[in-house]
Amino acid sequence: MSVDLGRILQRAQDLSCGEDAVRDKVVARIYQEAESLASEVVMAEKPARDWDTLIDDVLTSKRFGYPSMLALLAFVLWLTISGANLPSQLLARLLFAGEEGLSRLFLSFGAPDWLHGLLVLGVYRCLAWVVSVMLPPMAIFFPLFTLLEDLGYLPRVAFNLDGFFQKAGAHGKQALTMSMGFGCNAAGVIACRIIESPRERLIAILTNNFVPCNGRFPTLIAMSNIFLGAMALNGSSFLAVLLVAGLVVGGIAITLVVSRLLSATLLKGIPSHFALELPPYRPPQVLQVILRSVFDRTLFVLWRAVKVAAPAGAVAWGLANIHVDGLSLLGHTAQVLEPLGAAMGLDGVILLAFILGLPANEIVIPIILMGYLSAGAMLELEGLPALRELLLANGWTWVTALNMMLFSLLHFPCGTTLLTIRKETQSWKWTLLAALIPTLIGTAVCILVAQGARLVGLA
Amino acid sequence: MLLSQLPVGKTGEVVAITCSGLMRRRLLDLGLVPGTKIQTLRQSPGGDPLAFNIRGAVIALRLDTASQVKIRLVK
Amino acid sequence: MKGQPVQPLLRFGIEKADSPVVALAGNPNTGKTTIFNALTGLNQHTGNWPGKTVVQARGKYCYGGQEVVLVDLPGTYSLLANSVEEQIARDFIYFGRPAATIVVADATCLERNLNLLLQVVEITPFVILCINLIDEARRKLIKIDFARLQERLGIPVVPVSGRTGEGLELLKKTVLEMVTGQLRPSPKQIIYDGEVEGALHQILPEIKGIVGDDATSRWLALRLLEGDETVVQGIQHYLTTDPPPRLEEVLA
Repeated sequence: MSVDLGRILQRAQDLSCGEDAVRDKVVARIYQEAESLASEVVMAEKPARDWDTLIDDVLTSKRFGYPSMLALLAFVLWLTISGANLPSQLLARLLFAGEEGLSRLFLSFGAPDWLHGLLVLGVYRCLAWVVSVMLPPMAIFFPLFTLLEDLGYLPRVAFNLDGFFQKAGAHGKQALTMSMGFGCNAAGVIACRIIESPRERLIAILTNNFVPCNGRFPTLIAMSNIFLGAMALNGSSFLAVLLVAGLVVGGIAITLVVSRLLSATLLKGIPSHFALELPPYRPPQVLQVILRSVFDRTLFVLWRAVKVAAPAGAVAWGLANIHVDGLSLLGHTAQVLEPLGAAMGLDGVILLAFILGLPANEIVIPIILMGYLSAGAMLELEGLPALRELLLANGWTWVTALNMMLFSLLHFPCGTTLLTIRKETQSWKWTLLAALIPTLIGTAVCILVAQGARLVGLA
Repeated sequence: MLLSQLPVGKTGEVVAITCSGLMRRRLLDLGLVPGTKIQTLRQSPGGDPLAFNIRGAVIALRLDTASQVKIRLVK
Repeated sequence: MKGQPVQPLLRFGIEKADSPVVALAGNPNTGKTTIFNALTGLNQHTGNWPGKTVVQARGKYCYGGQEVVLVDLPGTYSLLANSVEEQIARDFIYFGRPAATIVVADATCLERNLNLLLQVVEITPFVILCINLIDEARRKLIKIDFARLQERLGIPVVPVSGRTGEGLELLKKTVLEMVTGQLRPSPKQIIYDGEVEGALHQILPEIKGIVGDDATSRWLALRLLEGDETVVQGIQHYLTTDPPPRLEEVLA
């Protein structure tokens, strides 16, 4: 059959005069028909006020285009950060109360200490931490994001920013995949499917990690507070949001620079054709949006995090509780990492926490605390002041807090994101590169900041 | 003149598409067939891309894409 | 059609369905997903199209005692296979042979949406035009003569508002009538200029010799005249008599 078809295809080519001639005629004819049908059945009066145009005149204008985007970004971050505070505390209290119950249960069964430690102090605590830290901000961020999506605002972001992406040799829709990355980088990587050109899609995938996801925001927020505290600028949540927003803008700048470098080296090529529809603004269906974003995005992402957090908790507990020569494995490893950590303005425990936090970024701070306290189990965080005390007591300065933020922004993607990159690119090579690029940049930036601060005598 | 040169607020009529291959087919699919009226609606704050009204939808095209479309200015 | 496999749908990751399969096509931003959600509720399943990184959403609903499987196709402006999404949508409508195809159009931007509809109608006569967002059109003072449009197109036209649920009952009823064979639309075909029609006239007999005398042979002939090789690849992939890949492979 295929032989016959090939022959007919050949004959068809002979009959049609010129490469695009028939296609041109067919498309033109169909549009002509659509036009005449529409003119026959549609009667439209010119509306008194065209709201779409009025709104776009502001949101994409030279004067207000960028400021309004930044303001919206700051507003969404502020709402997510401040709104998540209380529910996070409540959840933590509830889940850690559950831990006591579990402990009593283990005790009543006469379970051995190590089993109780592994399952309750390791696995359960890690899960409790991840859920209480991650769920509230996600449950706020994802509905907000979906609302903006439904409203039709996101394509305007791409429209405003495309110039930058074009100069970076990338696609304007990368702005959309980055927005998604704020929620979850793995989700952002999947969203890169909307970019058709394989070259530009790869650039978007490899750089998605430069926007901090929900899993990293709690770390960034805690660190920004500690940084401001160390700079004697206490207590202003506005400043904290501003600092985090500044870091986000820095991440976007790095995205553009790395995109430019990639498109000049490994991913050479010409920018692809770009057509983006700016649909009319539509009032979103609020209830539907909330339901959909909670089920499709929030719980989906949370479930994935839970799946990796459970084994990570067990491993971390094991490392902290298996002692060799009077020091835990965690302590030994931290000592090995200490020189590099010190050069980066961090320390060995922090670096180890980032490595152990590969499954989920949320568990980085708990592991740090575990390392400092040698308590052998992750600790419940009793508010920021307590955390600050503890960190300062362990030799932290403003440089440590700042570099902790920088490295949190600039290091390898979490395990889930890496696996997603592998799945989307079908290549371990690109997956490895996706981990290497941010880690190298982060290491270099941290060393520069630390050594710079030392040189000018600030720290 | 080229579509990329059509000032904001002005309307033109498509005369021809000068590129070939995939880009030509894409532009045709968007409805940019000869005779189509097209209006420049706005410019990105970064200068590029431009947004056009093409057959009732607002579509943004980069300047280098829009320069593949030859138009005639319409009063 | 000669050489048609027993289960062409299997190639699209859909196990042999006892219920009729209905495709949902439409331009992006027409509220197609809203309609899909409104029809199927929570009775949905999402996966990927086999071998593609494009999401396939599938759902079921029951109306008048008849279960219907609804497949949400990627939103596209056209079916000329210039992108993966367009190729998936086109292949599903042509090779998957759904019992009906609902084309969702935006009432506020009908002309652009009719372009896709006219392309679908060239592939299959079993098409329902679902004009969505009529509440928004009313707000924007746009009036549409639905009866006239239906008469001109020769297929059922159903105005709806996916947001408020207005018209969905009629949509389900129309789908039921079409999948049970009570409704047999006869859409008007577009006639092209003399040159194209002449070439069509010359190769149509040969094509009918291969794929049978079928309403869609004209569509196939047009694609071949355009030099569209993806359609030949499609025929080799979907219409071979080789046993289709095992179900587990497809659904993996």
